Amino acid sequence: MSTPILQTENLSVSFDGFKALDGLSITVDADEVRAIIGPNGAGKTTLLDLISGRTAPSSGHVRFNDEDITGLREYRIVRAGIGRKFQTPSVYESLTVFENLEMSYPDPRSWWSAWRFRRSADVVAAIEEIAERVYLGDRLRDRAETLGHGQKQWLEIGALLIQRPRLLLLDEPVAGMSVGDREKTVELIANLAKGQAVVVVEHDMEFVKKIAHRVTVLHQGRLLAEGSMEVVQADPRVIEVYLGH
Amino acid sequence: MINSLPPLSRGSAVRRWTTQVLVDLRRRQNVYFVLLAILLLAVFPLCFDIFRLNLFGKYLTYAFVSLGLVLCWGNGGILSLGQGVFFGLGGYCMAMFLKLEASDPVTTAIQSTPGIPDFMDWNQITALPAFWVPFRSFGLTLCAIVLVPGMLALFIGTAMFRRRVGGVYFAIITQAIASILSILIIGRQGYTGGVNGITDLKTLHGWDIRTDSARLILYYLNAVMLLGAIALGFSIMRSKLGRLLVAVRDREERVLFTGYDVASIKTFVFVLAAIYSAVGGAMFTLQVGFMSPSFVGIVPSIEMVISAAVGGRGSLLGAVYGTLLVNFGKTYFSDAFPELWLFVIGALFIGVVMLFPDGLAGIDLRKFIYRLLLRFRGRGAAARAKATHLPPGGDAPLATKNAPTDGAGLL
Repeated sequence: MSTPILQTENLSVSFDGFKALDGLSITVDADEVRAIIGPNGAGKTTLLDLISGRTAPSSGHVRFNDEDITGLREYRIVRAGIGRKFQTPSVYESLTVFENLEMSYPDPRSWWSAWRFRRSADVVAAIEEIAERVYLGDRLRDRAETLGHGQKQWLEIGALLIQRPRLLLLDEPVAGMSVGDREKTVELIANLAKGQAVVVVEHDMEFVKKIAHRVTVLHQGRLLAEGSMEVVQADPRVIEVYLGH
Repeated sequence: MINSLPPLSRGSAVRRWTTQVLVDLRRRQNVYFVLLAILLLAVFPLCFDIFRLNLFGKYLTYAFVSLGLVLCWGNGGILSLGQGVFFGLGGYCMAMFLKLEASDPVTTAIQSTPGIPDFMDWNQITALPAFWVPFRSFGLTLCAIVLVPGMLALFIGTAMFRRRVGGVYFAIITQAIASILSILIIGRQGYTGGVNGITDLKTLHGWDIRTDSARLILYYLNAVMLLGAIALGFSIMRSKLGRLLVAVRDREERVLFTGYDVASIKTFVFVLAAIYSAVGGAMFTLQVGFMSPSFVGIVPSIEMVISAAVGGRGSLLGAVYGTLLVNFGKTYFSDAFPELWLFVIGALFIGVVMLFPDGLAGIDLRKFIYRLLLRFRGRGAAARAKATHLPPGGDAPLATKNAPTDGAGLL
């Protein structure tokens, strides 16, 4: 059993009285790939929003690496080591793949350091290495807008990787991807887990089965079931939630 | 994406030459920068008499504001409708120093309180207000020109951007600030000179700024500083910071989740734009010889935005030309048809936004010449070329694919 990297403790948030998350406590280990599944409105994306600081919880805490990060500003949470990928590909379309990755290179990230930034051999090497990992080694000079949908998703993952996060939050990374691209993404995420924890929100059960070490099922903002894919799939409550309506 | 257009035809070497030259020109804005320098430093002084040169010098002080807007609005996506505030503060700081020098006890001996500016005396003020005292020193005045607007912008920026106030709300707030400051200046006549502003400025350390030679020197000082401001702007736009600003404009959330403190980056560029404006304001006061609230309020602030938009809000050089054009137009029109000017500038703004969203700088010179050449080549060839080479709405997709981005190459 390895050490936990992320813990949520009794995490709740409500929007106008609607409880999007209700007392959720989960623990993610440092080298684990965790999938979060559940029907629409279960609170999956909300959970990622709370962890990454996009939304402040009504109550409860988020602990990362033994530090309480609840309520920190987004950029501080990123600097603490949590990378967040959005549902729709979010890359800088007018910049090249190289520049996209360079933008995320963890320089001190102030306006001054950005002004003084120079492309050193280290930077170039790091960017080339990451580009290879996300299958974009031969597209470095191309503008991001010329990439296919799947490639944009990979580029965004690459932009997170270059920040050397301890935890990656991926929101539906394979949505809209072709079968071939899905296979490659599975491989990519499997390799990722050797260095960092990954939390994936995904609808595609085949994909989840291939990548997840453990699965957390949410339903109406609460924890419904947790465990390996086989255990979860056999759980009558889960079947009820997925087939019941 | 100039380098993505396919060659004109297999024919004329002259045509290919023209194309190539224009490609290279566009690629290296440095060449355009040198052309602007020649225009400002040689062509204008040689072509215009001192009166007109002084007038162009005045236009060029507005160009500082436009440069600031290009960085802040065109690149950073922060529309400020209150740049007149900073222009005015810079200008007033300079005017206060000059006014104190012009109000020595000997010259103002007939006043009931000699040694204070005349408008204070008219308003029954008997001692120099404390906030005027630092402006006896030229060194402190120079500091104030940068620091007063800079600190105000820092305050506004920090207060707004930390709370995620952006877009149209930010624009409205800056406009309100412009309105407040001009009302304040007009209302506190005894301290500020009121609606007339601060006038009758004469000398700077004993050097008469109203003479022809002084005007020529000030014009050159202004032009050199403007070129310096452009160079500084280029250094930002070509750096990672420049790309970061565009990224903040286009995908603010992504930048935030890349670990950048977006609020501090926005504040930085807003402060920089404020300082640019303030320097322009100070140079305005020196060259025109007065400062008044008519350069502070909403209308001048919006005119400055229009100037930047006409020139091209993404282009530093374009903004300079846009400012010259709009202000030259303003001088001409407000002489010939004073009541029409506001309609003209309104129409200009709408026209530019609808037809040339990237302003003058966005007009593709090569495509323009290309079309011109096509016209000379006879109808059939033209139609054919148009069909194959100029798809509507911009660049040929095939060629775009492997084209390097503008500005910096890969390494």
